[in-house]
Amino acid sequence: MGGPSFARDCAVAVVALAVLAILPFTVGSTALLDFVIRCAAFGLFATSLNLLVGYGGMISFGHGMFFGLGAYAFGLLMQRTGLPLPVAFLATLVINAAIAAIIGAICVRLKEIYFAFVTLAFQMLIHSLIISWVGFTGGDQGLRGGIPRPPFLGIDLSNHTQLYLASCVLLVVGLLLMRQVVESPFGYTLRMIRDNAYRARFLGVPVWRMRLVAFVLAAVFASMGGVIMSLFVSGAYPEFAYWTISGEGIFIIMLGGISTFLGPMAGTVILLLLNDWVTRLTDHYGLVLGVVILFFAIGLRKGLLDFAVDWVRGRRTGLGEAPRDA
Amino acid sequence: MLEIDHISKSFGGVKATDDVSLTCPTGSLTAVIGPNGAGKSTFFNQISGALRPDKGRILLDGVDLVGMKPGQIVRAGIGRAFQVASIFPTLTVEETLDAAVGADMGRAGSLARRFPLKETFARARHVLDMLGLADKRRRIASTLSHGDQKLLDIALALVLEPKVLLLDEPTAGMGPEERWRMIEKVHELWAREKLTLVFIEHDMDIVFKIAPRIVVLCYGRVLATGSPAEIRGNSAVIDAYLGTEHGGAAV
Repeated sequence: MGGPSFARDCAVAVVALAVLAILPFTVGSTALLDFVIRCAAFGLFATSLNLLVGYGGMISFGHGMFFGLGAYAFGLLMQRTGLPLPVAFLATLVINAAIAAIIGAICVRLKEIYFAFVTLAFQMLIHSLIISWVGFTGGDQGLRGGIPRPPFLGIDLSNHTQLYLASCVLLVVGLLLMRQVVESPFGYTLRMIRDNAYRARFLGVPVWRMRLVAFVLAAVFASMGGVIMSLFVSGAYPEFAYWTISGEGIFIIMLGGISTFLGPMAGTVILLLLNDWVTRLTDHYGLVLGVVILFFAIGLRKGLLDFAVDWVRGRRTGLGEAPRDA
Repeated sequence: MLEIDHISKSFGGVKATDDVSLTCPTGSLTAVIGPNGAGKSTFFNQISGALRPDKGRILLDGVDLVGMKPGQIVRAGIGRAFQVASIFPTLTVEETLDAAVGADMGRAGSLARRFPLKETFARARHVLDMLGLADKRRRIASTLSHGDQKLLDIALALVLEPKVLLLDEPTAGMGPEERWRMIEKVHELWAREKLTLVFIEHDMDIVFKIAPRIVVLCYGRVLATGSPAEIRGNSAVIDAYLGTEHGGAAV
């Protein structure tokens, strides 16, 4: 009866965090730690996108704007105000929530394809704004001069290991919170709306309001990814808010799977590994990536983790694509 | 009591509902029949708020529902099932009902707790038992048989504890045997839950057998209202509808 308990998810989170926390002291390779930090940034972003796509059935082509806005808002707050780092972090989330509420109020009433393109349009708008508002954002040069990171509560994020640990904590806490979102009554309301919004309305579900809440929550978690990225590169660049980031998000969830909570996380690892290895071996990165995407889309017809979960279930019941009978 | 008071609805020049009035006393069972295109579904769509009538009033226990949104009409006490089962294909049967009860309790947006909420169990379980879906509660809705999907759709309407239940062709797309099973279930439900039930049905044998009162719609107008015997003997009805199909057989 019922889904996974919060206590069980917390236990998994603690174990995951412990494993990640041991890495710097056992493996100690800077390249590996950097890889994990990037996975944290993109993993939060992709999982938040999947709140919309996988659970809400809202395919956003502009979700990357909140990744970019997270990086810029946090960078600007740290450079221009004397706010302590945790306060600037929280303020970044609030700013993103407010912007998402405005953009979402316009977008969530639109049907599938219009939703996709209007979100994309907003992304282009935000990107143009960043490029053209040179005095504030640094234009196409981005936020330069580094992001100051004064120590707080004994934590110094200019130390690489500490930045790594902080990124892991943000990732795990972010995933735990998003897990709570999808396993809450709200999460099931989202699934109802995805499956049959018309019927949901006849059950008294306030469809637009629920969609808007999902949009705002997804934006907040995406901006957490943006904050990690800005700390990692010590800056913010217009590419963070460009549509290609949204495209990568869609790639990631296609690779990893949209029906399994950790699918986007798996997809993030796959995409970043491909990115790092393939670019080292050949200049034709796009070609290789395209082939991989085709393999997942046409060969498996689903993301890796979705495929694996279905396969395990099929073996257990001997029925192939079995109903969720457990 | 549900009172439909002179409602009309036109699409372009076509009068889909033309000055229809109907009173359904609390606890009554009414069948709506009529040829294809008679405006039966449009009639239901107006009661449930999917469409707004151009004219007239729809009163539930004296409260006018015209202009309310579907969600508000549901809260006012009018539940509805659809001609083509309208369900949530990826949810299990019990998830569907728990989510529906949760929404009805105003918990659709609850983020702090885990699904399903324990306060939804009793109501969801009651309806599952009532419709005989309890042993299929872990099945994903899309894997259910056609008939069970229709039952789940009805369960979705019932779980909100409506005063009035509107069923749009509960037996649509079923074979003869399944049809009778379904209609017996519906009849039993009506008798036990003391609902005000209005249903659309094509099968005349079923209608004449179980409905104490029948409304015949034709071209958006009420052609006749009465008991099965009265409807059978009504010459206008025989001409317009029963004539070819049943008139001969009934004599």
